[in-house]
Amino acid sequence: MIGQEVTFWIVAPLMVLGALGLLFFRKAVYAALSMAFVMVNLAVLYASLNAMFLTFVQIIVYTGAIMMLFLFVLMLVGVDTPDSMVETLKGQKLAAWLAGIGMLGLIVFGIGAALQGGPNVGLDEANAAHGGNVESLAALIFGRYVFAFELTSALLITAAVGAMVLGQHARTRPKPTQRELADARMRDYAESGAHPGSLPNSGVLARHNSIATPALLPDGTISQASVSTTLAERGVIVDAPALSRNTAAVFDAVESGEAEEDDE
Amino acid sequence: MSPDNYVYLAAILFTIGTIGVMIRRNALVAFMSVELMLNAANLAMVAFALARGGLDGQVATFFVMVVAAAEVVVGLSIIITIYRTRRSTSVDAANLLKL
Repeated sequence: MIGQEVTFWIVAPLMVLGALGLLFFRKAVYAALSMAFVMVNLAVLYASLNAMFLTFVQIIVYTGAIMMLFLFVLMLVGVDTPDSMVETLKGQKLAAWLAGIGMLGLIVFGIGAALQGGPNVGLDEANAAHGGNVESLAALIFGRYVFAFELTSALLITAAVGAMVLGQHARTRPKPTQRELADARMRDYAESGAHPGSLPNSGVLARHNSIATPALLPDGTISQASVSTTLAERGVIVDAPALSRNTAAVFDAVESGEAEEDDE
Repeated sequence: MSPDNYVYLAAILFTIGTIGVMIRRNALVAFMSVELMLNAANLAMVAFALARGGLDGQVATFFVMVVAAAEVVVGLSIIITIYRTRRSTSVDAANLLKL
């Protein structure tokens, strides 16, 4: 029992700190990580409360599945959108704090007073009834609570189908088939003379062959179609004519050197 | 050790979760605060199970976890759907029903 108390007094302050992190971290990712910290600590408390099965379910389901789902969604919607601190309702934050503290007082003094001197039996007997915590829980779940357990399967299936329906977005126009794409390319060629084949490769120069290097046309100008428009908009395109001038200068130097050698 | 301390801890966590739901603008963080409230209730139930000497509290916690998993899946996909149309996860952005 002394171990249980030591565990509680180590873990409980950490849990409160982690939970406060949820309130005060401006970035949502930090809030999610402090929430995961609270959940792992809660699993430790479950272990000290003789609930080994729930300890592992807590870690696997909460920290493993639910918090990772939160992190996935955070990454999906963009991690660097900080919480706006503008109050839409004036004085709402202060009112929320007051309401929260009032509720804490209500719970602690109301329920806490009713708890004083309650029973403290311990789970040793209940756990030992069927051989262990997991076995005894199984006897309850598949015995007295089997109907609720069956209903959770309906709930989980509904949730999965609901997530799929919500996650799918309706196309505003039908997906073009390969035939239609080919026809559209040939129509463009007939009407505006756009090349129907694939676009030219990026340039391969002596020192650069990245996708930011435009290809040179026979007259020495660059081919706009050989680089992505996104890169062009960002202005990270390598200046190919300047590079080719460098190469030409090196070639000139080499050739003149050879010429001098020939002279000797 | 009596269950009182665990219940007080659960009360503190539940309160922090409530305040989080009320003051945070980001829908995801508000949703995490709801999870914190569920966890606080779970802790109280496990502590009561120990005090009463029965495993029913732990079974209830198990069912709460199942429901929480289903709830998170649907809730997050609703947030994603809102994000897709409003380009924001702020709870202030979903104001189309406002006059």
